[in-house]
Amino acid sequence: MGRLHEGVISVEDLKDILPPKERLEKGPVAIIECIESIPCDPCSLVCKQGAIIKPSISTPPRVDYDKCIGCGACVPICPGLAIFMVDYTYSEDKGLVYLPYEFTPLPEKGEEVIALNREGKEVGMAEVVKVITYPDKTSVVCIAVDKDLVMEVRFFRRKENGEKG
Amino acid sequence: MDSRIWQHPIIDFGERKGREIYFNFNGKPIKAYEGETIAAALYASGVRVFGRSIRFQRPRGWFCAIGKCSSCLMKVDGIPNVRTCITLVKDGMNVEYQDPRPNLPEKTEFECEHVKVETDIAVIGGGPAGLSAILSLNELGVDSLIIDENPWLGGQLIKQTHKFFGSKASYAGIRGIKIAEILLGELRKENVKSLENSSVIACYREGKGFKITAVKGHSTLYEIDAKGLLVATGAMENMLAFPNNDLPGVCGAGGVQTLMNVYGVKPGENALMVGAGNVGLIVAYQLAQAGVNVKMIVEAAPKIGGYLVHAAKVRRMGIPILTRHSIKAAIGKDHVEGAVITKLDENWNPIEGTEFEVEVDLICLAVGLTPSTEILMQIGCEHAYVPELGGHVAIHDKFLKTTLDNVYLAGDVSGIEEASTAMMEGKIAAATAAIDMGVNVEKAENLRKKSLHELELLRSSPFSKRVITGKEKVYSLMEEISCG
Ligand SMILES: Cc1cc2nc3c(=O)[nH]c(=O)nc-3n(C[C@H](O)[C@H](O)[C@H](O)COP(=O)(O)OP(=O)(O)OC[C@H]3O[C@@H](n4cnc5c(N)ncnc54)[C@H](O)[C@@H]3O)c2cc1C
Ligand code: SF4
Ligand code: SF4
Ligand code: FES
Repeated sequence: MGRLHEGVISVEDLKDILPPKERLEKGPVAIIECIESIPCDPCSLVCKQGAIIKPSISTPPRVDYDKCIGCGACVPICPGLAIFMVDYTYSEDKGLVYLPYEFTPLPEKGEEVIALNREGKEVGMAEVVKVITYPDKTSVVCIAVDKDLVMEVRFFRRKENGEKG
Repeated sequence: MDSRIWQHPIIDFGERKGREIYFNFNGKPIKAYEGETIAAALYASGVRVFGRSIRFQRPRGWFCAIGKCSSCLMKVDGIPNVRTCITLVKDGMNVEYQDPRPNLPEKTEFECEHVKVETDIAVIGGGPAGLSAILSLNELGVDSLIIDENPWLGGQLIKQTHKFFGSKASYAGIRGIKIAEILLGELRKENVKSLENSSVIACYREGKGFKITAVKGHSTLYEIDAKGLLVATGAMENMLAFPNNDLPGVCGAGGVQTLMNVYGVKPGENALMVGAGNVGLIVAYQLAQAGVNVKMIVEAAPKIGGYLVHAAKVRRMGIPILTRHSIKAAIGKDHVEGAVITKLDENWNPIEGTEFEVEVDLICLAVGLTPSTEILMQIGCEHAYVPELGGHVAIHDKFLKTTLDNVYLAGDVSGIEEASTAMMEGKIAAATAAIDMGVNVEKAENLRKKSLHELELLRSSPFSKRVITGKEKVYSLMEEISCG
């Protein structure tokens, strides 16, 4: 049984809407984890490629993975903080997860942080690769994690004083 | 102790705080900043007990922080029963605990100005509904005035640091605080008449029109003559019954949001959230943004009530959500020190032996809201109890007319919903008022049509089913009444 009733999304819940493996291997691509019918549409309006399809304001968005160029513009826009971007082409063994972040202070480039999954469980370590700030205060933090964790990691926490990874 | 927030991911409190001032609390000087309410300044300096109950002298704290529950009453400059949560602190002010059953001061030495105002439409309440209404009335050329009892216009928007869902027309993707700024900017630009920090305390029918009494602190008494009324007084947070629910530290989730996001005061160190609807989920997230450790969210229903995206956002930070769990009791002597949580069975009854304790100093209740419909009741609008809309509401039609001529309503007072729908209702009610008065009818009809369409779009998700059921109930009651 899934755990959506208690707020935990799983890869299984997303299986019909995730990009195919061939697309993932081509470069950065948006992952939209918004599967309920809520009246909302900023994502589809921001995508210049027309890659986010939303037939009506209350239909959940779908990404046209052939059109998505992985520009990342949709990540900080989503009011539900439900849009991520992944990039499996970063290195031999690491992939990137771009995630929206609204906490202070921001992590620094190069910092080692603790990677969390959709349930907030620690699943490994990550390195902060990029921090992009925007005037409306939702930042995008890009972290590198082991490739097999790219679809699991959706948040991170900074290490506390003296904490080891 | 100073629990003010200086570093925050969304709000620059350093920029927002005014001049440093001092006031006296029970004879002791306390530091505050201009622009803070008395309650916020007291809380920031560690005061948790705001009063005592009448019979058993139990300690009481604040609950709603927006002037609706009366649990923060104190004596201010000799005057009892002042709602400290909506009264701005002033340099040299004398604040003290009051007798739970206070007498009025024998000699009134303060001067009270008596001001008479005339207007065509008086809008009561300056939240998203009232603000959209007054802007539309102004655009349509209807003489109007807006009255709000909080120190700042904007209603609940001014504490909502998150970005809103919705459509472009309802400011989707923009933070509530910014939407308030946009609406207030327009208000200033248009020179709309407004009375802030002024409570409407009574409202009567007089001839074909209405007489409204409003007070600003104890300095001004307004006597307002209006041809019509547009009531947008919002809603009040619900209480939950459990032992010790009156302990200071048991607060409305929205109240907590006001304290931390409007006044920049950290409400506690460790929090429990009761209720996983949108309010509970959003406030839990915002508590974390303010540096509070949210230990868990408990939800009595078998599934979260709010949007999955809001739940997912707190889950991935590691905040657990326990469905089919509720609070059994609050623990503490003078202030919350913990809570007892229990598991519930299919019939929502506590399962014995499943209780456990959590150590928290803050218990936030996010268990629904009730429309603030007192003014509409007093003036004689017919009401009905509609659970889908949050309680008693004035019976109305889809154009937001009540059972009384020239009395309109909009926003949460007409049924608990959202800021986005409240804004649309404000526009519709304003257009209806203009049409009824015969002012700019064609333009008003266009505005009404457009806004009704927008409202329909906003209510097109399955989450709106409940509200639509409730609204249909009131519309049909209205039809029955108007058909005699
Ligand atoms: C935590 C939280 C999160 C929310 N998130 C969202 C969201 O993401 N999107 C969304 O669309 N909605 C959201 N909402 C809901 C939204 O805030 C409300 O539905 C909306 O504010 C209702 O607007 P309103 O104008 O009817 O009432 P309010 O905003 O409550 O305004 C009512 C005003 O009336 C004044 N008033 C009341 N009585 C009197 C009186 N006697 N005299 C003078 N003035 C008086 C009050 O001071 C107040 O300013 C959220 C609410 C909460 C609490
Ligand atoms: S990443 Fe860019 S192209 Fe892809 S869906 Fe988002 S906005 Fe569109
Ligand atoms: S903007 Fe975000 S929450 Fe809104 S529909 Fe798009 S993905 Fe969903
Ligand atoms: S009236 Fe002040 S806390 Fe409710």
